[in-house]
Amino acid sequence: MRINCPLCGTRDRREFTYYGASVYADRPAESAGPEAWDDYLHLRDNPAGETTDLWYHELGCAAWIEVTRNTVTHEISGTRLLTAPEKGGAK
Amino acid sequence: MASLIETNACDGLLPISVGRAEMAECTAERITSVAPFKGRTRALGTGLKALGLGWPAPGTSQTSKAGSILWTGADQAFLIGADPAGLGASAALTDQSDGWARMRLAGPDAEKVLARLVALDLRTAACPVGEVRRSGLNHMPMVLWRSGEDAFEIFVFRSMAATAVHEMAAAMRAVAARDRFD
Amino acid sequence: MRIAGKGILDRSRTVGFRFDGRDYTGFEGDTLASALLASDVRLMGRSFKYHRPRGVMTTGSEEPNALVTVGQGARQVPNVRATVQEIHAGLEARGQNAWPSLGFDVLELNEVFSPLLGAGFYYKTFMWPKAFWESLYEPLIRRAAGLGALSKQHNDEAYEKAWAFCDLLVIGSGPAGLMAALTAGRAGADVILAEEDHRMGGRLLMETHEVAGKPGADWAEEALQELASLPNVRLMTRTTVTGAYDGGTFGALERVGLHIANPPADLPRECFWRIVARRAVLASGAHERQIAFSNNDRPGIMTAGAARGYLNRWGVAPGHSITLLCNNDDAHRTARDFIAAGVNVEAVLDVRADAKAEGLPLRPGLRIVDTAGRKGLSAIIVADREGKISRIPTDCLAVSGGWNPALHLTCHMNGRPVWREDIAAFVARPGMVPGLAAAGAANGTFSTQGCLREGQEAAILALSELGMSEKAGAVPQAEDGAVNLRAYWEVPKPKHRAWLDFANDVTTKDVRLAAEENFASVEHMKRYTTQGMAPDQGKNSNIGALAILADATGRGIPETGTTTFRPPYVPVTIAAMGAGGQGAGFAPQRLTTTDKAARDRGAPMIEAGLWYRAAYFPRPGEATWREASDREVTMVRERVGVCDVSTLGKIDIQGRDAGRFLDLVYTNTFSTLKPGRVRYGLMLREDGMVMDDGTTACLAENHYLMTTTTAAAGQVMRHLDFVKQAHCPDWDVRAISVTENWAQFAVAGPLARELLNSLAQTPIDAGTFPFLSCGTLRLMGVEARLFRISFSGEIGYEVAVPARYGAALWRDLVSRAESLGGGAYGMEALNILRIEKGFLTHAEIHGRITAFDVGLQGMVSAKKDCIGKGASQRPGLTGPEREQLVGLKPVQPGALIGAGAHLFDQGAEPISANDKGYVTSACWSPTLQSHLALGFLKDGRARIGSSVRLVDHLRKTDTVCEVVSPVFFDPEGGRARG
Ligand SMILES: [Zn+2]
Repeated sequence: MRINCPLCGTRDRREFTYYGASVYADRPAESAGPEAWDDYLHLRDNPAGETTDLWYHELGCAAWIEVTRNTVTHEISGTRLLTAPEKGGAK
Repeated sequence: MASLIETNACDGLLPISVGRAEMAECTAERITSVAPFKGRTRALGTGLKALGLGWPAPGTSQTSKAGSILWTGADQAFLIGADPAGLGASAALTDQSDGWARMRLAGPDAEKVLARLVALDLRTAACPVGEVRRSGLNHMPMVLWRSGEDAFEIFVFRSMAATAVHEMAAAMRAVAARDRFD
Repeated sequence: MRIAGKGILDRSRTVGFRFDGRDYTGFEGDTLASALLASDVRLMGRSFKYHRPRGVMTTGSEEPNALVTVGQGARQVPNVRATVQEIHAGLEARGQNAWPSLGFDVLELNEVFSPLLGAGFYYKTFMWPKAFWESLYEPLIRRAAGLGALSKQHNDEAYEKAWAFCDLLVIGSGPAGLMAALTAGRAGADVILAEEDHRMGGRLLMETHEVAGKPGADWAEEALQELASLPNVRLMTRTTVTGAYDGGTFGALERVGLHIANPPADLPRECFWRIVARRAVLASGAHERQIAFSNNDRPGIMTAGAARGYLNRWGVAPGHSITLLCNNDDAHRTARDFIAAGVNVEAVLDVRADAKAEGLPLRPGLRIVDTAGRKGLSAIIVADREGKISRIPTDCLAVSGGWNPALHLTCHMNGRPVWREDIAAFVARPGMVPGLAAAGAANGTFSTQGCLREGQEAAILALSELGMSEKAGAVPQAEDGAVNLRAYWEVPKPKHRAWLDFANDVTTKDVRLAAEENFASVEHMKRYTTQGMAPDQGKNSNIGALAILADATGRGIPETGTTTFRPPYVPVTIAAMGAGGQGAGFAPQRLTTTDKAARDRGAPMIEAGLWYRAAYFPRPGEATWREASDREVTMVRERVGVCDVSTLGKIDIQGRDAGRFLDLVYTNTFSTLKPGRVRYGLMLREDGMVMDDGTTACLAENHYLMTTTTAAAGQVMRHLDFVKQAHCPDWDVRAISVTENWAQFAVAGPLARELLNSLAQTPIDAGTFPFLSCGTLRLMGVEARLFRISFSGEIGYEVAVPARYGAALWRDLVSRAESLGGGAYGMEALNILRIEKGFLTHAEIHGRITAFDVGLQGMVSAKKDCIGKGASQRPGLTGPEREQLVGLKPVQPGALIGAGAHLFDQGAEPISANDKGYVTSACWSPTLQSHLALGFLKDGRARIGSSVRLVDHLRKTDTVCEVVSPVFFDPEGGRARG
């Protein structure tokens, strides 16, 4: 598996550390309540198809990257830096 | 009062030469991590210009009489050799001079040796002379700087110097042994 | 036997080798199989289950029968295919699954029990009684069955892993592969041509037909010379591409030193390649199928393509009198080539009634019903249309049931191939592996001309997708015959067993039995019968088995479907996959600047993550670690000790928002910390559990130095990067690890200041450098960082110098400490000192505890948010139901307590239902002359002063302990502030 780091270019997956679904980047407010925190920490979709998740370029540039990939075909359709001002990642 | 004696990161480990590749420890130079403060990129550029350098694009380096600057990650570069004093207000400066074992691998087999330990495309078209990669030397975090067609500078954590030399030496021996049967 | 004038071997170079204890000779370029056949050795192995005599069936890695063990002792390798192993001086090989010898095998008796050993025999025969399984059945089966054996010794040979990158990977070097490589190579693309064989050329080496008016092997040689002259083409022989993975990554196994006599120790035996290719062409050819009939497994029965391959490439006739059984025109070449070489062809049995074959001894109407010859074929038994039986003497029967394209790699990403009726075989659909296209025989195109054409087309397609232009010339002229195949899988109603999977001893009867017992899905049939589960993965036999299953279940083959093709395409040794990972290569070793000094003093090392840290520094006369560490603890409490703490994580944090950032990652407030001051901080994970703790110093305005525990340094750095990039990308904050840049030593004990002042250019005192302050100090010409912190409870400093000075400063500190009655101390003493003080390590912060659990809920600031605060307020994370940190002290001070012991109410039975907590850290305290422990006890803080029962089921101890405060020693902390 190869992931295109927006900074470093395409690299083998062993340079990256997987974290999990990208919703983890959208942190609830301190006062959001137990349900919201439970959802944020524990509840994840398990799609057969497109999913976005977080990868850390640990043996690389130390960027956190949001990877859009397909769990059925394994195709990676896009990557972006978490700091890039797109979708919900950067606030 | 006596002064403290310095010990190099690869003390007693290098140089080694096997077949058509050799590895030596680089001469100690000042290494400073430069990370531009928010909104200070232009000021940093001015400071670097005074050193004959500029902010390096990802994967690249620049070299002047004063020294070199290597891109080493998101918003981070290593200034090598040069005095960073003039950059202080525009970037977070952190001394890294002692944090890295810095080695030079050279010889016609250098690329072949690295192919044993590095998951990078090092064909010269993909990684021209002067380019820099953050990657792994096997499991070890590494900065790789292509200093010549057949020469690379390899930076690994100082504490990992012995493992790095051990693994590089094994790769060098394997490549040299193969050369004899080619 | 060798045939004069045949073959493309250099017969001037003879090579001696040994097989089954006997000496043989062959020629350079021979495989073990070709050399043995040349020496008229047909028996090369015994079968897996029934120990049937078996001979070679193929010329390639798909070989199911001729599996041998090569080498001796620790270096022996089982299941080496004799068709792949090249002979070399010193080669020592032997047959498998036979005792005492291949020729006389005691376990041939399994044959007698064969009715018991049919499909599903494991499940049926050995189900009952259960107790017999381990004691009787399994050892019996293990001895009787199995493919080869491991030496069970440590192998010290060199293996290798490597990476390669290219524009186009061409897999296979037959006509299709060579043409693809030529086309792409001439266009300037970076090409890797990987060939499994030791010689490139594929089928061109084994056929007599011409390419571009010259012998195929000559054309191949010229093509290879051209390819070798192109700097952008890399030729990799002896390299099997074993798997296709995501993103254009391929796995490949190269046999580097397996063919070399007395290889140097540094030469890898094998190399496991990861090849990253932008495009790939699969030109892996095809595997010829057997036909099932009674006793079709005798040595001397092989595929038709293999029989003429041995003749044309190696100049070997695998028999003196050849017979042929086939269902297609291609197989007729075998008979023609043998006749042309002067070898007798006794009969050609073609199952197609209308088959024409001029000049061949076609025997229409004859049907093969059995074979004869115990250790090798001596005759085939045939029946005519009236059922009259006769015998045709022959020592080699060449069989062709058609060809299966070697499409395995195209299916490695779960693609399903399609059935092509005209060739009775599965072929790949385009795009099953993105960027990989099958060409030639691998794509079901079997003529040489067709292979050349498809190889060129595949390369042109790849080049255009890569945006490269090509100047493809004309495809060379070559034979373009049709296969004309009629699907034919088995001779009906066999009298004896008819074999499908030779390697795993699966018969047509087994497959029918599976269908009868309702294991009718192809995946169930496979597992019930073990069809295709041997090292060859059923390359020759799966489709035949499938056809028989389809017949037995009344479905067509496409509906029946095929089993899943999974990597690796050929067996890959664990040594190759794990190359570099043995011994010291398993993980990097992180050594501190004092490593050598510590080892020179005889200090045993403890692994802490990847770091190696000194456990203790034994002195003469100290017989045990306890004597040394007790002395070191007392030294720190009474004099002064020096400990290398460089392994703690150190992170430099700068920027206008650095303080604010620390407030977000720590539970307590750091933005108020003044330059020159240090504060203890607690860090939570987002789920409210404690991640790490440590001190952070404010070096200057907007400039902090965070320390982490050794164990969590990497995790904390990753966490800081995440918080910064995900939650506050616009803040002005920069963080970088400086762990490696500094050698840092703890100097602790009542005489700590005296020791430091003996080195410092400007002495420090308690007033100017109070507890929890930081600053710089000039030590012997070097500017050091000084932190007044204590992990021992004594007056403590940590002094940091650039790592190049670490070794020298350590030497000096230790010798000066010794002159003050102190010395170096290691991890054991450090651990005892901190347990005595109730300080935490990751034994306590183990991932399931909250700030409340360790009594630090007061450190979670109410005035601000922080990572983990929201979740830590969830119900169930605070209150008396939590297990809380306590100290434990045995009522009998001498009673031993150990980490891992569990806590129970006195009088309660020590079972898990009554569990009230557990011990995380324990030690003998030389200071307090008692065993001490830290642990977590349900509602523990409320139980201080009471007693609990501590039971260690592993160490078999049962002790009553008093529950006390976790701070055993100097609870007011006056000593550290002194
Ligand atoms: Zn990167």
